[in-house]
Amino acid sequence: MDFKSSETITGPRAEDHLPHTAQAAVKIVIVGGFGVGKTTMVGAVSEIKPLTTEETMTQAGIGIDDNYGSETKTATTVAMDFGRISITERLVLYLFGTPGQERFWFLWNGLFEGALGAVVLIDTRRLEVSFDVIGRLEERGVPFVVAMNTFPDAPSYPIEDLRAALDLSEDIPIVQCDARRRASSRDVLMTLMHFLYSLTMSQAHT
Amino acid sequence: MTPPQRRRRYPKEEFTEPPRERPPQEGEEDGEEEDPKNPGRLYLLTGGGEAGERADLDLVTLIVARADAPTPTTQPEQSALLRLCQAPLSVAELSAYLNLPFSVVTVLLTELLAAELVQARAPIVRSALPDRSLLEAVMHGLQKL
Ligand SMILES: Nc1nc2c(ncn2[C@@H]2O[C@H](COP(=O)(O)OP(=O)(O)O)[C@@H](O)[C@H]2O)c(=O)[nH]1
Ligand SMILES: [Mg+2]
Repeated sequence: MDFKSSETITGPRAEDHLPHTAQAAVKIVIVGGFGVGKTTMVGAVSEIKPLTTEETMTQAGIGIDDNYGSETKTATTVAMDFGRISITERLVLYLFGTPGQERFWFLWNGLFEGALGAVVLIDTRRLEVSFDVIGRLEERGVPFVVAMNTFPDAPSYPIEDLRAALDLSEDIPIVQCDARRRASSRDVLMTLMHFLYSLTMSQAHT
Repeated sequence: MTPPQRRRRYPKEEFTEPPRERPPQEGEEDGEEEDPKNPGRLYLLTGGGEAGERADLDLVTLIVARADAPTPTTQPEQSALLRLCQAPLSVAELSAYLNLPFSVVTVLLTELLAAELVQARAPIVRSALPDRSLLEAVMHGLQKL
């Protein structure tokens, strides 16, 4: 990722500028394996063309203190696509499509914890790729819903079989979607919001 | 046809456990995770672990140039940043438009914040009990899509 010289930087188009009244933002994370439709879902609901942000992380190797020169460092670059929805003149929602198998994301403090919640996007042809991320969201107490993207050649399981396979409790919503369609992707986000709302209501009463 | 079955991880795996990037080398203790000298921690490339030197910025912190800000900066990256955030823009968007990693952008922004050339508008992060009116506002906004 090289810095582009000023002349080549294309900033947001005029119509993509946020109003000066924009005071705060919230985020939702869409997690799932490669090719499951994260970018498609972000693009379906975003008011801007999806953008990409990157981060490079290094893992400090063994023997740094006592073994100069032979220290090993491995760098990993992780990229995610994101989009934006203006909620009001003051509030902006950002959606991040985050590769699910990357354990690195969970070491990025605040990426998940700061999010309102997460959508776990699954492809029934490769259900196992989402097992790890579901476990991590559970461990970190990040509320999530599961959305099953409909690919034509994907096996279709009854929702309750999926719930059993993913070992999810009754209260966690599982919905079907077509990430290419705005209304369908919007409904998935709405399902997450209703779920968050019900969590808030039940906590308020305990 | 039955789907594959997820197995819960018991006992709970320590979530700070670093990813294992390579197999153990010759002569390396197997119990390296327990060795405090070898934490195998992950660092952001430019972070170096010196927390506190960088402003506490989230991907969705909104950055806006101060109206009265002069444009004296020497670094081309910083003048580009200032130009981009004439209207509010998230750190993630700045990173995307500048084609720079998130952590590099936060370093540049820390300097601009210290010089009072830009203003940061903190995001609303999830709390134990999210604000109902916030959730309602988001639902209402999504409904309009
Ligand atoms: N049939 C079908 N194809 C989809 C759907 N969502 C995404 N795709 C396609 O799947 C491919 C991968 O999607 P992409 O969003 O890039 O996946 P990502 O790697 O998770 O970001 C693309 O060719 C999409 O057009 C869907 O709901 N139905
Ligand atoms: Mg993608």
